[in-house]
Amino acid sequence: MTIHEFLVSPSEAAHREGPHNKIVMSSRVRLARNIKGAAFPGWAKKAERIRTLDAIRPAIEALPQLADRFSETMDNLPLLDKNILVERHLISREHAAKNAGSGLVLNREETVCVMINEEDHLRMQALRPGLQLKQAWQAIDQIDSKIEKKLEYAFNPDLGYLTACPTNLGTGIRVSAMLHLPGLVLAEQINQIIQAVNKLGLAVRGLYGEGTEALGNVFQVSNQMTLGESESDIVERLNKVLSQIIEHEENARGTLLEKKPKTVYNHIGRAYGILANAHSISSKETMNLLSLMRLGVDLGLFPDLDRALVDELFVITQPNHLQKRYSDKLTAEERDLLRADMLRERLRTVSRPKPKPTPPQQGSEKA
Amino acid sequence: MLCCVCKEKEAKVHLTQIVGDKMQKVDLCDACAAQKGVNDPAGFSLADLLLGLGASQEMEQASGGADTKCPNCGFTQADFKKTGRLGCSECYRAFSEGLESLLKSMHKGTKHIGKVPHAQQQTRDLTDRLKSLQKKLDKAVAEEDFEQAAAMRDEIKATKEKLTGMSAS
Repeated sequence: MTIHEFLVSPSEAAHREGPHNKIVMSSRVRLARNIKGAAFPGWAKKAERIRTLDAIRPAIEALPQLADRFSETMDNLPLLDKNILVERHLISREHAAKNAGSGLVLNREETVCVMINEEDHLRMQALRPGLQLKQAWQAIDQIDSKIEKKLEYAFNPDLGYLTACPTNLGTGIRVSAMLHLPGLVLAEQINQIIQAVNKLGLAVRGLYGEGTEALGNVFQVSNQMTLGESESDIVERLNKVLSQIIEHEENARGTLLEKKPKTVYNHIGRAYGILANAHSISSKETMNLLSLMRLGVDLGLFPDLDRALVDELFVITQPNHLQKRYSDKLTAEERDLLRADMLRERLRTVSRPKPKPTPPQQGSEKA
Repeated sequence: MLCCVCKEKEAKVHLTQIVGDKMQKVDLCDACAAQKGVNDPAGFSLADLLLGLGASQEMEQASGGADTKCPNCGFTQADFKKTGRLGCSECYRAFSEGLESLLKSMHKGTKHIGKVPHAQQQTRDLTDRLKSLQKKLDKAVAEEDFEQAAAMRDEIKATKEKLTGMSAS
């Protein structure tokens, strides 16, 4: 089975619902674990990496949570497939660059994804739609407790779980949420928020994690420190910060509509105009404009448009998803034409945004 | 002041981050600042930058230069400086001296709090129990309470057997 036959369609994926999914697109908890004594993947020779992969993979595959799964070594996956997994946020860019001696195990629901021999021997993650950090932590904690019975982890009572990079030492946990914050960006408050969040020892990153741009007004917020604070405290702290950010985003949207409705309608109307009529459009422009349309849906400007369609377009207009539909290798220019064709077709039946006479109530939650 | 990344050009961007009671500083030239994405707040985090930068120098001073080598995997101080990653779990022992200040600047604490593998937890519990039993035994002997002392001795023996049984399995 190829990864394409296994993965749910982007349309189905976009229909997953979770609490606060207007603003919180997804939640993720990742644990880093290593095998005692074995060289970390970045330092191990190929033969040793293959040995650790062969030792780890059966232990993961034996988990009941991964009974229905896709399991493959990275050298058996074509580059395009790996990039599609990155665009779906299932593996990291770093993992997509791996080959022999690295592997991937993903469950049918796409709620558990284990990367073997990424930066650490094991990077296991639980994913949930919307704001569900606690559920994600509990899910991955259970899996981790099962694996520790089969593999001997590198652990030290003082330093906790030992990781390749000292930044992950201790709990080896990264708790993160992907947030859509167009209101704070339009209101020019986003930098203040980022600075405040940084001061709390949390990191704010772009769409694809470390060192990437915040395309489409999507930001990832995660813990940075892993030593000296328990997993549940980290989850709790992040939850508090996230609910604050959600509130600020809702307030920013409310204030914008109240004080500068024309600016907001102008942005959204132009975004619709370009997306529904362009004949050539880049991936970056598409994402930034889709973000504005998503805001328009949240504000009730597109009564006949489902947010799931916008979220689906967010995924399928990305370069590798687009390439996947065509057998010939596309150039960037060709992709821009095909992307525009796709957008025009999918938005054909969506009528133009209708500004409301009265702004919607502030902070109203439409799940 | 020279840029702490390229060490060639004059530093023009000075960053200070205060988290809790810890202060971290970085000085960069324009080119390095742009390259590290300092102007793009979304993609930038001081901790990412600090890693393998000032941190590894600190480590080098503390652990006696670039010659320190991990006996398990052969990883050296110089390798750490280059990659910002360690070679294996045993490296934490080999480079422990230098790592401490690095960890202090990077994390909330230097002692692990949180999940412990079940087997380790049991060992830890038993070791703690053994210590407290030994204390009770000493006290009983000092007080010439031989009945109590005998009971403690038997329990210590049982706990020790459990402990060796666990490490053998």
